Amino acid sequence: MSNEKRFLRLSGLEPLVVTPDTNFINVGERTNVAGSRKFLRLIKEEKFEEALDVAREQVEGGAQIIDINMDDGLIDGKEAMVKFLNLVIAEPDIARVPIMIDSSKWEIIEAGLQVVQGKSVVNSISLKEGKEEFLHHAKLIKRYGAAVIVMAFDEVGQADTYDRRIEICKRSYDILVNEVNFAPEDIIFDLNIFPVATGMDEHKLNAIDFIEATRWVRENLPHANVSGGVSNVSFSFRGNNPVREAMHSVFLYHAIKAGMNMGIVNPSMLEVYDDIPKDLLEMVEDVILNRRDDATERLLDFADSVVGKAKESKVDLSWREEPLQDRITRALVKGIDQYILEDVEEARQASDKPIEVIEGHLMIGMNVVGDLFGSGKMFLPQVVKSARVMKKAVAYLLPYIEEEKLKNPQVGDDKGNGKILMATVKGDVHDIGKNIVSVVLACNNYEIVDLGVMVPPEKIIETAIKENVDIIGLSGLITPSLDEMVHLAKEMERKSFKVPLLIGGATTSKAHTAVKIDPQYSNAVVHVNDASRAVTVVGDLLQKETSGTYKNTIKEDYNVFREKFLNRSQHKEYKSLETARKNKFQIDWEQSEIVKPKKLGIQVIEDIDMEALLPFIDWTPFFRSWELHGRYPDILKDKVVGEQATELFADAQNMLKEVLANKKLSGKGIFGLFPANTLSNDDDIEVEVEGEQFIFRTLRQQLQRRQGVPDYALADFIAPKSSGREDYMGCFCVTTGFGTEEIAEKYRKDLDDYNSIMIKALSDRLAEAFAEYLHEKVRTEYWGYASDENLDNEALIEEKYKGIRPAPGYPACPDHLEKLTIWDALKVEERIGVKLTDSLAMLPASSVSGYYFGNAESRYFGLGKIKEDQVRDFAKRKNIDYEYAAKWLAPNIADN
Amino acid sequence: MTRIQDILEERILVLDGAMGTMLQRYKFTEEDFRGERFKDWQHPLQGNNDLLSLTQPEAIAEVHRKYFAAGADIVETNTFSGTTIAMADYHMEDLVYELNYESARIAKMVADEFTEKEPNKPRFVAGSIGPTNKTASMSPDVNDPGFRAVSFDELRIAYKQQVEALLDGGSDILLVETIFDTLNAKAALFAIEEVKEERKIDPPIMVSGTITDASGRTLSGQTAEAFLISISHIPILSVGFNCALGANQLVPHLEVLSSKTNHAVSAHPNAGLPNAFGEYDETPEQMAEQIKEYVEKGLVNIVGGCCGTTPEHITAIANLISKYDPRSMMVEN
Repeated sequence: MSNEKRFLRLSGLEPLVVTPDTNFINVGERTNVAGSRKFLRLIKEEKFEEALDVAREQVEGGAQIIDINMDDGLIDGKEAMVKFLNLVIAEPDIARVPIMIDSSKWEIIEAGLQVVQGKSVVNSISLKEGKEEFLHHAKLIKRYGAAVIVMAFDEVGQADTYDRRIEICKRSYDILVNEVNFAPEDIIFDLNIFPVATGMDEHKLNAIDFIEATRWVRENLPHANVSGGVSNVSFSFRGNNPVREAMHSVFLYHAIKAGMNMGIVNPSMLEVYDDIPKDLLEMVEDVILNRRDDATERLLDFADSVVGKAKESKVDLSWREEPLQDRITRALVKGIDQYILEDVEEARQASDKPIEVIEGHLMIGMNVVGDLFGSGKMFLPQVVKSARVMKKAVAYLLPYIEEEKLKNPQVGDDKGNGKILMATVKGDVHDIGKNIVSVVLACNNYEIVDLGVMVPPEKIIETAIKENVDIIGLSGLITPSLDEMVHLAKEMERKSFKVPLLIGGATTSKAHTAVKIDPQYSNAVVHVNDASRAVTVVGDLLQKETSGTYKNTIKEDYNVFREKFLNRSQHKEYKSLETARKNKFQIDWEQSEIVKPKKLGIQVIEDIDMEALLPFIDWTPFFRSWELHGRYPDILKDKVVGEQATELFADAQNMLKEVLANKKLSGKGIFGLFPANTLSNDDDIEVEVEGEQFIFRTLRQQLQRRQGVPDYALADFIAPKSSGREDYMGCFCVTTGFGTEEIAEKYRKDLDDYNSIMIKALSDRLAEAFAEYLHEKVRTEYWGYASDENLDNEALIEEKYKGIRPAPGYPACPDHLEKLTIWDALKVEERIGVKLTDSLAMLPASSVSGYYFGNAESRYFGLGKIKEDQVRDFAKRKNIDYEYAAKWLAPNIADN
Repeated sequence: MTRIQDILEERILVLDGAMGTMLQRYKFTEEDFRGERFKDWQHPLQGNNDLLSLTQPEAIAEVHRKYFAAGADIVETNTFSGTTIAMADYHMEDLVYELNYESARIAKMVADEFTEKEPNKPRFVAGSIGPTNKTASMSPDVNDPGFRAVSFDELRIAYKQQVEALLDGGSDILLVETIFDTLNAKAALFAIEEVKEERKIDPPIMVSGTITDASGRTLSGQTAEAFLISISHIPILSVGFNCALGANQLVPHLEVLSSKTNHAVSAHPNAGLPNAFGEYDETPEQMAEQIKEYVEKGLVNIVGGCCGTTPEHITAIANLISKYDPRSMMVEN
């Protein structure tokens, strides 16, 4: 076997051999739900025929491998992957090329590997979750007969320097080749291409580091290949294609010379290297190769001259000359409310009855909005702005309509397309998602009866009857709300309701809806977590002719899903609490460093300087709450949503500036650091607060996992009493929600849902930023165990700091009950005014509470499901009824 | 016993010919197939050739004996359909282990007889692993191209059972053959890897695909090279083609394999293409004449026969190849 050339060999129906002569293998990525909105929509809508066309076009367009990715929260990724691959394989003109099976979830990758006959590429694995998992997956990939992309990522994080790249690649390579016996030519390293010319000094080396690391890999790791997504490098020049195309070509030219032999490149975004004008070429090379300190500035200046004239921004009012309907439609689509009243008045005068303006002009415009939104050409923030225009127009017309009614009393109440009751359930205070869905439905001419937050079930039932609504929509963010929803479904059944029930909100899921809610109610129950889907679902439910069939299909779908789900969950095995405790995470308490907090006891922050929180804001979830998906700041330059994200971001900045300047929001915080030790039962932590003993109960993982993986509980991070050493822990609560509700309400009264939702979303971000800010202060000053820490916001978001701040209700401690202990210990309500609702949601909503653990070995983990034995033990330890404990822990109790 | 890997360096090895063709000569009736043990079986059994290892073991042993006597170095066990999936047709899923075990045992017993007589020419038993009667990457329903009648895991589990029984019965080699859907073969190879790991053994593995027609592709659409790449992820002894085509139609595809692999290359073609009556009528001399091209071009290391071939064909082949050197397994590609 000695002289067989070790080239990467892949196959679909036909071979693909990557030799030095093949130069560069282009991977098509349009069949990726994360990268292509169109493809995502097609998959969501199960338009597989059209989705196949996307794949076919790519192959015809020259893609030598097609990357297929189905990672999206609203898709059953495994099912979609298998279904789509099966269809691809039946199309010889597509299946001739090898497949890249792309997912962050192993189960999806494995399902994909089981349906392709050719030699595929797995995208990707890394040391992120540690060596053991890496080994395990690599071994299976080899056995399934695939090549693999290895991300330069390890337990510490993503490689972003030359040294880190080669360190991780070397380690990954050695494990694969020496321990798994993986063919080295089947290894493809993705060395992380990051943007250059961002204006930040630390990004200057991004391209050259990649190129040099590529060279190193090819020289030092025999036969291994190098890949990457090229367009990242030019992110900062979004909108300036001549510069971007030149950057791609220059980058590729050097990266390929260094040995990069595969990657994702949009062929239409590539200039021929030799055709790049000399001056531009020089400046681009200065940036890519980091040849001069002012390279970025020079290229920026030059870039302006390349597109300078085209970008001139002057408000173009020529549309005001267009016909009336076009103007109204445009105002709605663009969300411009400046001229809407004069246009509506003109329409009113031209119509017989004022209602015709709504049913005619405005609905025509809103239908355009609906279509654009449905086809992924408009995004949520735009639609909410459209709604603002619509509401203003309707408000203007209402008095005329009332007047008309007085004149013609026989005309019935217009119900529009239908009436929908919306409510955030009892005990829960979160309503951003609910408000968004309400606005979008209202845009589609549904009448919305919004009962607000913390709505008791009796009130929902009573209002539904009184208002004769057509659909009830429930929302909730915290886990106890799930039970409330089940309860309401039972009540609806008991009262013989017939109307469909919609379920939405961050903790809800199709699984919970199918397994827990749907069986309680004999009529339709639908889980909807996406405003654009809400419109289609509601439409289908209320479509008189076909709704019966639709409801049956839904019912059946949930039936099947439930059965599958229950069957699947039976495969999981759990260990007893006793066994899990024996396998707890071990810290060597004789050696482990314990730092005594500089200042023990409770401290209150009466009025935080909000400006100080701004650098700590994690913007990514902000965009997510507007259904714009992607990481900040990359999202601002995203191909699909970039423009919208930028606009939304600008609006957010303006509002932030305004509320902070006028001190409309205020923030308070409280935290305490206390002596603490774990008790002999392994799971309880005793803390001493102002001379009084409090006990935090923690929960322990019980899911049967691989050998050698410990079963974590938070208590493992605190020294046990038996060690004889005094340890410490802390807890906290911060809020930035005082004032939010008032501001939101004021906007709502002004018919401005856009800003009403905006202030809540911002307030949530500020609360999280406050928690991050305070944690840093605690680490570096108040506790002081990491006084030499120096992390930027990105590092904070990636949780690179030492010690953790888990929050009750979140994965490490999903149990909300312990909030009561925090409230008692810190006297949170008395001291800063944050209350707990019946469901233990914090009020105001923009609040964060949690614990502090300072041990260097403490880490975030997910509890997962636990068994009845632990619930009983927990109840006993807490001295509460088993039933009561089981109710609160329900979402985390394993079904079997 | 000498390792087959070492013998392959020295000479071309001869594989046996068709089992089915030989069994037809016995003209077994439904009663013969049933034997005493299955006389009350609820379902018809005629045509279940694998079952004859239990009900007519002497006939099976005799066929093996004839092939060894004709010059074969390797005989294949009578287990082409020995999986729960293929045996479902006869409702004999529960007999799968025994069928494979007994078939391997019989073949090994005969092989040992010959090795004892001629220690300088050791004889080997290849456990035959057929493709089953279902395909994992094609839909049987033209109106539903996304449908699959069998999953990878179902195949893997069925193959694993067959592999374990073949090894327990004494097979020296595992032969995954007549592969018309590469995904089925990958499931078999996955199962073999599992058994290898669990038992800490490393039996030689032969892999043999089937090019179905003049398109030059497998039934599941792969070219010869794509097929080769798809099965090269685990260590194998040989890769080749069998069935469907006669010896001369296989030449271009063997040329591809021969130039692209460092493993041994095998071929066991049919005795030509079937005539109008569905019979294979190429004579031993005609077939040997075509195989001469293989050896003159240095394309193969193992050669034998598939449908329609008999001990006479194998004798002709064995006589021919004794004059030629094996293909060199060092490939510059």
